[in-house]
Amino acid sequence: MSNRTKNILVPVIAVLLGILVGTIIMVASGYDAAAGYTALWNGAFGDVYFTGEVIRQVTPYILAGLAVAFAFRTGLFNIGVEGQLIVGWLAAVWVGVSFDLPKVIHLPLAILAAAAAGALWAFIPGYLKAKFRVHEVIVTIMMNYVALHVTNNVIRTVLSEGKERSENIADTASLRSPFFEGLTEYSRLHWGIFIAVICAILMWFILEKTTKGFELRAVGFNEHASQYAGMNVKNNIILSMVISGTFAGLAGAMEGLGTFGYTAIKSGFTGVGFDGIAVALLGGNTAIGVVLAAFLFGSLKVGALNMPLEAGIPNELVDIIIALIIFFVASSYIIRWFIQRMSKKGVK
Amino acid sequence: MGLMDILLIIIPSTLLWAAPLILTALGGIFSERSGVVNIGLEGLMVIGAFTAIVFNLSTVDTLGNMTPWVALLVAMAAGAVFSMLHAVASITFRADHTVSGVAINLLAVGVTLFLVKLIYDKGQTDIIQEGFSKIDIPVLSSIPVIGDLFFSNTYWTSYVAIIIAIIVWFVIYKTPFGLRLRSVGEHPMAADTMGINVTKMRYIGVILSGALGGLGGAVYAQSISSDFSHATISGQGFMALAAMIFGKWHPLGAMGAAIFFGFAQSLSIIGKSLPFLENIPNVYLLIAPYVLTILALTGFIGRADAPKASGTHYIKGSR
Repeated sequence: MSNRTKNILVPVIAVLLGILVGTIIMVASGYDAAAGYTALWNGAFGDVYFTGEVIRQVTPYILAGLAVAFAFRTGLFNIGVEGQLIVGWLAAVWVGVSFDLPKVIHLPLAILAAAAAGALWAFIPGYLKAKFRVHEVIVTIMMNYVALHVTNNVIRTVLSEGKERSENIADTASLRSPFFEGLTEYSRLHWGIFIAVICAILMWFILEKTTKGFELRAVGFNEHASQYAGMNVKNNIILSMVISGTFAGLAGAMEGLGTFGYTAIKSGFTGVGFDGIAVALLGGNTAIGVVLAAFLFGSLKVGALNMPLEAGIPNELVDIIIALIIFFVASSYIIRWFIQRMSKKGVK
Repeated sequence: MGLMDILLIIIPSTLLWAAPLILTALGGIFSERSGVVNIGLEGLMVIGAFTAIVFNLSTVDTLGNMTPWVALLVAMAAGAVFSMLHAVASITFRADHTVSGVAINLLAVGVTLFLVKLIYDKGQTDIIQEGFSKIDIPVLSSIPVIGDLFFSNTYWTSYVAIIIAIIVWFVIYKTPFGLRLRSVGEHPMAADTMGINVTKMRYIGVILSGALGGLGGAVYAQSISSDFSHATISGQGFMALAAMIFGKWHPLGAMGAAIFFGFAQSLSIIGKSLPFLENIPNVYLLIAPYVLTILALTGFIGRADAPKASGTHYIKGSR
């Protein structure tokens, strides 16, 4: 069996195992598993409104997944997507409420602000990694909490006067699409999905087709060899984190300018950044894989909301399934070993 | 308000908030000293908090005022069992430790909220009747000044946590088991050559971290939140992780860091009632633990280095 087939087989098996265990949990808890999955399906595709919501949810998932995947491909683990997303969200809304500009300037400006904020938030761990050899995992985790508390403070003191949320952004900065809303019976689907897909193509292009992308990957594979070949390792580490953070910041812009149109004080994380890790892993850290995985997780998340209504099953079941899928993908060593055994037996 | 009055508010509150952090950070030390990165501490605390609250609610009629203590033990067991998933994935199945830890965190929240809805048919549990409450420690509280400051109006759990920290220090630095655990985390191949079972030591490290993480969550749930919902444990596990790093992977260092972080956390809550703090924005206190940890890692406050082999897999026969 070729490596390529195996690379595709591993995530498929992981998803199937996740669904299998999910089924066992439903049956063991005394729920009707068939009704559960029917409700899940109907909640995602049973109605054009739900499908609109699925694509709306897929949009930030693609970008968060790209952020994690880009860092992974260059040898870095960016757990800070969540924090970069939150600051991107804040920056986008900040620009959205403070200026009065024509749409052709205002909207791009708000999106760029989100990208810049995410990039800046990722620059710090990148710089510390390059300069002081500090492991990026811990720094990005800490930066998540700093982002949460700092943005809450800004919302409370700058964007409002002691209130829980900012004002709505100006129409000129909004990604909302009356066309899509009409098409999907007033779901919150917005133009952002095009930005997400363009970013996926961009990531593929940068990594696979440019010299810089080659350098970034090379540094991820082997720092010393890259250094010996004359590449600037430190700059490449920082650049890689900055690009990753840009994607994460854009994911925040999708929430701020598209889905919600405002920002509010958060008691905890949005979860999109952490789900982005699942998306990237399942997608094998490739652009096309991320888009497909984001679509799967987006449908699961949105469809899950229908499970308590139609089948009386808590929607947390889907969170369990997603966590299990991460486990199984992460444990791909054992799945590969198993495939190897099976295919060898076939030869005999 | 005199200095004494302020200290009388701050010290018990600091110790209250520090106890779960101390316990969970100690758990992290066991795991990381054996070479397994454990960012699943948050999830283990969630499991501990959930188990303790559910056990407490369902047995309080028979066990009476012993309930919270028994619940701690049950939560430890639940944390240990749950952490085995992390052990199996990251040791036997060679999963990336960080990824497996992320999965643990997501899984813990998913499973516990699923079970809460299954058992209680609503999003959160009832409030427990019998939690840990303020006490004056016998004998010690009658010491002048010190007794009032440290041993009155306080919680047993804070002292249990400090005592456990000292025990963990003894175990890790003064016993053969501790030496083996550390050697497996620093240089597994050398340890293997000397006849130490690397896999077994790492499993023990992770399971101990699960037990202590569960204990930390249970203490938090029964002394601070008193019920269980999606927001009961929100970041305490990661703060414990920060305390472990800030304490340079040393049990007593981690304890000191946890007490300091507990101080910052309690100030951010009670700060408004203190005269000299009411003008300082809350946000500085909230982010202090995280910023300090980043600075510690960077080397501004004495460099913190992880055990050498942490995060790596030991594969027999490979070099």
